[in-house]
Amino acid sequence: MQFVTVQTFDDWRAAARAMLRSGVQPSAVRFSAPDGSADLFAACDAADPEAAPPTSPRSPGPPRSPGSTTSSRSPARSSEAAATTAAAAPRVPKAFLDLARTVACHRDPGRWQLLYRTLWRISHDEPFLLRISTDDDVLQLRRMEKAVTRDVHKMKAFVRFRKVTDDTGGEAFVAWHRPDHQIMRLAAPFFSRRFRGMRWTILTPHESATWDGTHLQYGDGVPASEAPEGDELEQLWKTYYGSIFNPARLKVRAMKREMPVRHWPTLPEAELIADLLSAAPGRAEAMIQHHEGFADTATKFMPADRDLPSLRQAAARCHACDLHRCATQTVFGEGPAGAQVMFVGEQPGDQEDLVGRPFVGPAGQLLDQALAQADVDRGEVYVTNVVKHFKFKPSQRGKRRLHQKPNSREIFACRPWLEAEIAEIQPQSLVCLGATPAQAIFGRDFRISRSRGKVFQTEWSPRTIATWHPAAILRMPDAGRAAQMREQLIQDLQRVAVQ
Amino acid sequence: MEIRDKLAILADAAKYDASCASSGAKTTRPGSEIGSTEGMGICHSYTPDGRCVSLLKILLTNYCIYDCQYCVNRISSDTPRARFTVDEVVTLTMDFYKRNYIEGLFLSSGIIQNSDYTMEQLIAVAKTLRTDHRYGGYIHLKTIPNASDALIQEAGLWADRLSVNIELPTEQDLVQLAPEKKKPQIVEAMGGIREKIQEHSEDRAAGFKAPRYAPAGQSTQMIVGATPTPDVEVLKTASELYGDQKLRRVYYSAYSPIPHADARLPGKSPPLVREHRLYQADWLMRFYGFAAEEIVAEADQNLSLDIDPKLAWALANRHFFPVDVNRAAREELLRIPGIGVRSVDRILSIRRYKPLRVADLKKMRVAWNRTKVFVLTADYNPGVSALDKVDLSRRVRPSSQQLMLFDAASSARSGEV
Repeated sequence: MQFVTVQTFDDWRAAARAMLRSGVQPSAVRFSAPDGSADLFAACDAADPEAAPPTSPRSPGPPRSPGSTTSSRSPARSSEAAATTAAAAPRVPKAFLDLARTVACHRDPGRWQLLYRTLWRISHDEPFLLRISTDDDVLQLRRMEKAVTRDVHKMKAFVRFRKVTDDTGGEAFVAWHRPDHQIMRLAAPFFSRRFRGMRWTILTPHESATWDGTHLQYGDGVPASEAPEGDELEQLWKTYYGSIFNPARLKVRAMKREMPVRHWPTLPEAELIADLLSAAPGRAEAMIQHHEGFADTATKFMPADRDLPSLRQAAARCHACDLHRCATQTVFGEGPAGAQVMFVGEQPGDQEDLVGRPFVGPAGQLLDQALAQADVDRGEVYVTNVVKHFKFKPSQRGKRRLHQKPNSREIFACRPWLEAEIAEIQPQSLVCLGATPAQAIFGRDFRISRSRGKVFQTEWSPRTIATWHPAAILRMPDAGRAAQMREQLIQDLQRVAVQ
Repeated sequence: MEIRDKLAILADAAKYDASCASSGAKTTRPGSEIGSTEGMGICHSYTPDGRCVSLLKILLTNYCIYDCQYCVNRISSDTPRARFTVDEVVTLTMDFYKRNYIEGLFLSSGIIQNSDYTMEQLIAVAKTLRTDHRYGGYIHLKTIPNASDALIQEAGLWADRLSVNIELPTEQDLVQLAPEKKKPQIVEAMGGIREKIQEHSEDRAAGFKAPRYAPAGQSTQMIVGATPTPDVEVLKTASELYGDQKLRRVYYSAYSPIPHADARLPGKSPPLVREHRLYQADWLMRFYGFAAEEIVAEADQNLSLDIDPKLAWALANRHFFPVDVNRAAREELLRIPGIGVRSVDRILSIRRYKPLRVADLKKMRVAWNRTKVFVLTADYNPGVSALDKVDLSRRVRPSSQQLMLFDAASSARSGEV
């Protein structure tokens, strides 16, 4: 029996190479960690987080003289292969070396034995052993490899730097992290690539790594008590974590599988989890119960026949939004069914609401004048509004009803009436008076100031145009500007009238 | 408003975007000081909804002029509003990134003023990060619907990934719920990005030093369950996008109840199982050679909720089985329920050296309870005799529902995590 002390992959490789060359069977060798401890890393990775690992030199331990005990783990097959001892340097596939280099970081003390046994089998009569992933040795090695690579991946994910001010007053970042395996050297190069322009140190119980902007240096491991103090920014991070969580979806098991609870102590956000979870069902239920806006639209009140008289009759009973409560009546569109030109305003005003017809108040009179000047006969056009009820609030003294702009919910609820009117009339020209109808027809990013007077082909009409609402002209305090707007309105009307 | 308050509002507003991938850009941008992209994405944290936190996923603003009914940020919602400045987003990204909280930035926005203005703001964030901070980490920009081609082109120079949300599976769904968004425009925007990506990669292949253009490609998101559209339509749309637009990923997002929900949509719990099945079906299309039409076997054109789509397909196509794992071609092996792509590759590798037995499959950790009915091995597999049984579908059905989807409610009650 041969005893070999191994701490690093290089130790193992040197020893394995020598033993393979001299035909030492896997059953005749026993690997152990230096200092007599069977497993150095397991000792420092035990439950006590304060335990610092002993730091020992990384020189290969000298092979000791063969002992008298026999390993109980001798595989039967190795005795058959014993006859074929390779005298020359063994040829080892690169795939195995890569695997071994990774598995060497695993904390399982049996890894060296397993690696040597597998190496023996590969270099004797099973050169393709690694491709048989269901072989017990290969299976175990692959699982160890996976555990290590996963641990590296988790280290890349879960290291949390804290900003500190170093001796020179400069900015540096320090993190304390507890990996499951001895992976510092597998993970550190990643951090030096990612945080090239930053000075950082990562501490683990096993080993530490420091990057000064140009060089990566390794040092001793330190216990959790050496972890840096908190960082102000963690408050923001926790705000983010709490806000990005969706309480309507809970998958706790999935979270714990990917973010194992043993890592939670070094993750500042993890302390929020319990509270987020306990509040979640209530929050989700509240979201399901709480609604905004109107459940219905005018579609619910739409008659079977879509001719104008039927629509008008049905619209008189529309309760899709709340505006019907205060308004006197529905003010539906007006004009011949065969109209070539259709005007759409925003909503009926005070007088329209009382009379029940669109554009009969001051704005309507201004529209009539403009139509006359543009040589358009009001009797031949169809006039309507996006919203069919008057929205208002009482003036301070309560004597007058002041116009209020309809909001997007009311516009959406009422819109089916407008669509039905357009479908019935199929106007050659469609004139939007003001921003509300223009945005209803062209889309919400339409700007009157930019696109007024331009003729577009839309799904609603081959000649669709937006211009000033007469009420906007009436409200304009600057007389000169009002006159100009009025001129523009007439020009725009002429533009649609000329057919 | 304090940064922290803004962050709470604008992260909350962004969480309904399912996209979280930070993978795809194979190499780090040259000249980067902070940040890298090396192909593999990293999930830096997980929230109790089981979703990973990979990117700082925020909106620049949640003010929006659109009225998409499923969206918490629609104009008609009473949700509190906030707006970040470009510099605030840049600082936040760098601060989070330097502490290794995140893999990069996912930036989207509600539409303010108009599409182009909004898009310009998003581009300014990405450009500042790249040029002023030599930031080499991941950036995913959501392109704004109806933004001009020139802006979308510029976005691709600074971002790793661009995405245009298809939002809903069919044109009719869009008309109903997102009247301002039009499918032809959405598809056109995707087409523009695809062409640009292709141009740049062809130039690079030809040896020109073309700048990077969205090296992680483009993705999209579809909301499922807000309309009655069946799964088969969802998958057909996804299949078209993978095929015609060369998308890297289509994300399915179960329509989730939102704060300030719109009364026009039904309030209900998100169909999480359905979402899960859609992802499984998506995988079958991308990696297992299934076509969209054949995956959905159920009469109502939806995926079965209680069994996975591959098992459902196998039950509906029993004549295809049993498959001999020692002889069958890769395409056939991929159709066996319970066996994944990696196991298929292992089977192909092992059987060159030795015949596979039941024990080998079990060691590979295939889902043996499902698999055993459908495979022949070198030794006797007693499970395969069930293939001709009338009650096969009952036999292979999992006895308990997917626990992981339901464990949360109890743990929320008990407080145990």
